[in-house]
Amino acid sequence: MSFDISLAKRRCDRLIAAHVTAGDGVTVLFGPSGIGKTSVLDMVAGLLAPDEGHVRVHGVTLFDSTTRTSVPPERRRAGYVFQDARLFPHRRVEANLRYGERLAAPAERWIDFDAVVTLLDIGQLLRRWPATLSGGEARRVAIGRALLAAPRFLLLDEPLSFLDAARRDEIARTIEDIRDRLRLPILMVTHDAAEAERLATRIVRMG
Amino acid sequence: MLSGEEWAIVRLSLLVGGVAVAAVLPLAFALAWLLARRRFPGRVLLDALIHLPLVVPPVVTGWLLLLAFAPDGPIGAMLDRWLGVSVLFRWTGAAIAAAVMALPLMVRAIRLSIEGVDRRLVDAARTLGASRMRAFATVTLPLAIPGVLAGTVLGFARALGEFGATITFVSNVPGETRTLPIAIYSALQTPGGEAAVLRLAAISVALSLVALVVSEALARRMGRSAHVL
Repeated sequence: MSFDISLAKRRCDRLIAAHVTAGDGVTVLFGPSGIGKTSVLDMVAGLLAPDEGHVRVHGVTLFDSTTRTSVPPERRRAGYVFQDARLFPHRRVEANLRYGERLAAPAERWIDFDAVVTLLDIGQLLRRWPATLSGGEARRVAIGRALLAAPRFLLLDEPLSFLDAARRDEIARTIEDIRDRLRLPILMVTHDAAEAERLATRIVRMG
Repeated sequence: MLSGEEWAIVRLSLLVGGVAVAAVLPLAFALAWLLARRRFPGRVLLDALIHLPLVVPPVVTGWLLLLAFAPDGPIGAMLDRWLGVSVLFRWTGAAIAAAVMALPLMVRAIRLSIEGVDRRLVDAARTLGASRMRAFATVTLPLAIPGVLAGTVLGFARALGEFGATITFVSNVPGETRTLPIAIYSALQTPGGEAAVLRLAAISVALSLVALVVSEALARRMGRSAHVL
């Protein structure tokens, strides 16, 4: 089992709840905007504390409210690709890519810098500053940065949003590549049915 | 131009201002970080206390410092017992007064710059394997540097101009506590001192100007759009 997730959190007057059990491939969390899909990814990554539930990935418990277990985000090894990329504005693209790579234990790294640059076709961007990148370029760099940090799984938040048709197709093919060639379990959030259909091995509906 | 005595006043002012700002910077940074990023009981009170020297008459601040650092005051007694020193009538006392007066301005500027750093970037660093401390050192700190620089320069300028608290706390001792503003005041009290006043005032303006230009140049060199001016 890649993902075994059951979470609940009360935020203001609404309840965010998600139950996911899924094997390999791309698991899509599907539902309308505002239902709390991103909050679920934040809870899996350890950036937001759930009220109760558990998060297990590949049999490793990252969070469990009954045993009061909560692994800090830096040790969860989640490759989180945020919708807004969140590249570090004070570092060039190459330094952004290498940020997590440097912090990962050498034995745990499973992909090297050149392979990531080739996979995402970002060789021509390495000397650029994040502020000069287009939306599609920034997202590719963000995916590369996450892959280089030696993640055990990927969290993708609306990876195809705000892109023109050509860029969408490009990123979608990259995700398929990661799914089929790198065989990395992916938990992905989207509100777009066509996107979910195209990429999902399994679809989990929220709301 | 300046006489030897006047140069000594300038050197003393730079020493007092520099030591004051350098010594209080870590405290200012820690307080700014607390106020910007932490919620805790007493936060509003702490904020108010830090800002007090900005609104209280400097004479009152100086008098309170005098009470605290007098030989029988709470801090003065400790300094005397453990280190055998007193800061009264000494340049170190002038530096303490300057530091207290510079602190609120520094905390304000640094706090704004820390609040300006997007917390979501810190979150991103955490998921990439950075501990809290490392995320702070590699993301928050470098992005806040222009503001820290601005706050430090502002504090230094304020320290150079400090008058009321200093003269109340450590008096007007030539070579020890007679900094630029106090020297200007003394010269004004002296018949025929107008020429000295003019020279010292010009130096004061020039120093402030240089400080601002230097910090602006540093911010530019960082290659980012955040400038002091």
